[in-house]
Amino acid sequence: MLRLVVRRLLQLIPTLLGLSVLLFLWLNRLPGGPASAILGERATEAEVARINRALGLDQPVYVQYWRFLKRIVELDLGTSTQTGQPVWDEFALRFPATVELSIAAILIAVVVGIPLGYLAAKRRGGWLDVASVSGSLLGICIPVFFLALLLKGVFAVQLQWFPSYGRLSTGLNATDVTGFAVLDGLLTGEFDASWDAIMHLILPAVALASIPLAVIVRMTRASVLEVLGEDYVRTAESKGLEKRVVRGRHVLRNAMLPVITAVGLLTGSLLSGAVLTESVFSFGGIGSFIRTSIDARDYPVLVGFILFIAMVYVLINLLVDLAYSIIDPRVRVH
Amino acid sequence: MRILKSRAARVITAAVAVGLVATGCSSERGEGGDKAGAKDTFVFAGAGDPGSLDPALASDGETFRVTRQAFEALLEHEPGGSKLVGGLAEKWSSDPAGKVWTFNLRQGVKFHDGEAFNADAVCANYNHWFNWKGTYQSSAVSYYWQTIMGGFAKNEDPEAPKANFKSCTAKDENTAVIEVNEPSANLPGGFSLQALAIHSPKALKEYEKQDATAKGDAITYPKYSQEAGTVAGTGPYKITKWNKGNKEVSLEAFDGYWGEKAKVKNLVFRTIDTEDGRRQALQAGDIDGYDLVAPADVKTLEGEGYQVPTRDVFNIFYVGMSQEVNPALKKPEVRQAITHAIDRENLVKTQLPEGGKAATQFMPDTVAGFSDKVKTYPFDTNKAKELLKAAGEEKLTVEFCYPTEVTRPYMPAPQDMFELMKADLEKAGITVKPKAMKWAPDYLDATEAGSCALHMLGWTGDFNDGFNFIGTWFAGYDKQWGFKDQKVFDAVNAASKVTDPAGRVDAYKAANDAIMAYAPGVPISSSPPAIAFGKNVNPPKVSPLTQENFAEVSFK
Repeated sequence: MLRLVVRRLLQLIPTLLGLSVLLFLWLNRLPGGPASAILGERATEAEVARINRALGLDQPVYVQYWRFLKRIVELDLGTSTQTGQPVWDEFALRFPATVELSIAAILIAVVVGIPLGYLAAKRRGGWLDVASVSGSLLGICIPVFFLALLLKGVFAVQLQWFPSYGRLSTGLNATDVTGFAVLDGLLTGEFDASWDAIMHLILPAVALASIPLAVIVRMTRASVLEVLGEDYVRTAESKGLEKRVVRGRHVLRNAMLPVITAVGLLTGSLLSGAVLTESVFSFGGIGSFIRTSIDARDYPVLVGFILFIAMVYVLINLLVDLAYSIIDPRVRVH
Repeated sequence: MRILKSRAARVITAAVAVGLVATGCSSERGEGGDKAGAKDTFVFAGAGDPGSLDPALASDGETFRVTRQAFEALLEHEPGGSKLVGGLAEKWSSDPAGKVWTFNLRQGVKFHDGEAFNADAVCANYNHWFNWKGTYQSSAVSYYWQTIMGGFAKNEDPEAPKANFKSCTAKDENTAVIEVNEPSANLPGGFSLQALAIHSPKALKEYEKQDATAKGDAITYPKYSQEAGTVAGTGPYKITKWNKGNKEVSLEAFDGYWGEKAKVKNLVFRTIDTEDGRRQALQAGDIDGYDLVAPADVKTLEGEGYQVPTRDVFNIFYVGMSQEVNPALKKPEVRQAITHAIDRENLVKTQLPEGGKAATQFMPDTVAGFSDKVKTYPFDTNKAKELLKAAGEEKLTVEFCYPTEVTRPYMPAPQDMFELMKADLEKAGITVKPKAMKWAPDYLDATEAGSCALHMLGWTGDFNDGFNFIGTWFAGYDKQWGFKDQKVFDAVNAASKVTDPAGRVDAYKAANDAIMAYAPGVPISSSPPAIAFGKNVNPPKVSPLTQENFAEVSFK
């Protein structure tokens, strides 16, 4: 097991290195730089040249890349050209919001999706099956952005059941411990802050959960149906094994393998895919920050973010593999 | 199976319970849970986060909107207008040469940290900026200082402008004298800028301990400018917290304020970066006001009972022509033809909010120096065709760039405005090749580099001086326009050097006449930007310079 972990972690190095080269080349082929984003309409040629000099953007690409690589080795992602603050600080400030949102979304997707998929498979052809299959199709078809706007328009603006934007209500003096607002409230005993944070999370999390939920329902359903038809299930049943044991130990356990992989990958994609949802709800996470970074050509932030996401993907894959080997010991043997 | 069934049932029950509790509690909230408690808190939404809590390091409106409530400059603008009035200086004067500026300071003024405001404090600030070193000398950090006062005591960058600031002397406790090397069109207007607002000397000492460093290869702003606690001004509000994660800056009324105290105890600025998001937050009752209202939303909001005052016009929208990229534009007849071909009145009528005006020159009529005698180019398609024929350019083709994904106060709907102008130009026989570009940085880069034959841009004034408008474009060669006409450059520069205010106004008028005789581009319109407030708010006087004072706000 330890070997697996170490090997996968070592794989990170060439992956990130290769990615950093590609990213750098790509970003340097894009027109413009941060100078005019900083100066706006006030940009004059001389001013732009001066800022580019100050930011080191007048240097050849390989010099910039080399400097960047050196910093990466020192675990320094550089400074955001938009905010003038270290990229790590900006990430540390914003990532908890996105992680919190993604966890909430994946929780909704798993907690609702797996039982629903299971029940749909079990009662194949019944109304629940038809409803969940067509519902999940709809979930995949409706763009998350549109769903977010719709949810916000109805539940925040019209009905005013939920706040329309942000992570916490204005003026709520919540103590910041971990950056995860819900958790912080629980840790410090400020339950009103936790509750407030949950209220702010619900709409964006539901919007963000729509695709993973649909995927999980469909995958669980398909997988359970497949396993139900397997010989060993029939054998187990014909041997007179209790239905509960058959369904729980044989069916669900085996059916969960592909679903776990999907959950892992979906979690990774949520982190990078929260951009639009966060924008709709001005959520203050990494998503909205990346959007403004693209507008402002904030290269250090963009490069850092993409490398970070790559790292997250590799780590999530590692976790998925570990989970696999726990559920299905055969994986360890292979 | 039983266990599983009951687990599934528990999960579903829990989910339903959470949903029910959520909706139950939230409807309570909707009926005024925290809204009733919000009466001592005014929440205003802007479109972007401030960049710094020290306005001296900033050049953007979102930063100034926040800091303006906490910091005051020597001079201010009259509430709701663009006339210069006393700020921290009750009176001011200059010598006839425009080089020595004397300020009689307001007495009994205290900074938020308890320090006394006096002439020494004024000089501490000006000397602090003048002696900036290293990264602070980058124009990304000290843009306004360099625009108004030139360079520094020791310029580290050979390209930095020559210093115009000479000295600041505390003549006595309440008299500060600022001397400059050359008279400047940017004075006295520049003394009103937020970037030159006065900070507590005690805070300045703290600032100096925290250098802005060029760590790696980018500018890292000093810590004090990113966290409330150190910064201290004299304004009606003091900045108490900047919660970046929640995109929220909190201010609290300053009990020791010298003037009329703030009516609402807490003021919070929050960032909601989309127009729809801001409007919906107001409609949901989550905020009490917001800026950068989309013109299309004005009628809707008014219909729903919200207050949507429009500011007086203080901006200009124009079509720029780059003569170097399309040599046909070097011919005066072609430039005039394009100017005649665009129906400005129609643009104003169909695209701008009420109060918008068609422009005749490159400054709005609210700026001193606006001329009634400029050469005008009324909408006339036939005349445009004649001029093109005379120039031998009947088959003229021009590339016309326009920006996407942007709304500016002077340009509410760029694409729609472009389409109308394109149709006008085509009626006059000009073939238009449209080129859509992303606003930042592609479009801004392209226009600044002069690579678009025709492009649309604009400007909102910093203070009421003509040079702040026409000097921006026509004081010398600029790639954006790509022409060298000494007559125009001389007229603009001459106006900037006249020190007598009345004489300068006349000189600006003459400069406007010279510019429009040359017709370097098409001044299109001035647009009044709208700002929205909740139904229960007594809004502040809206300012053409977008310098609203939120201490005036109260709840009904």
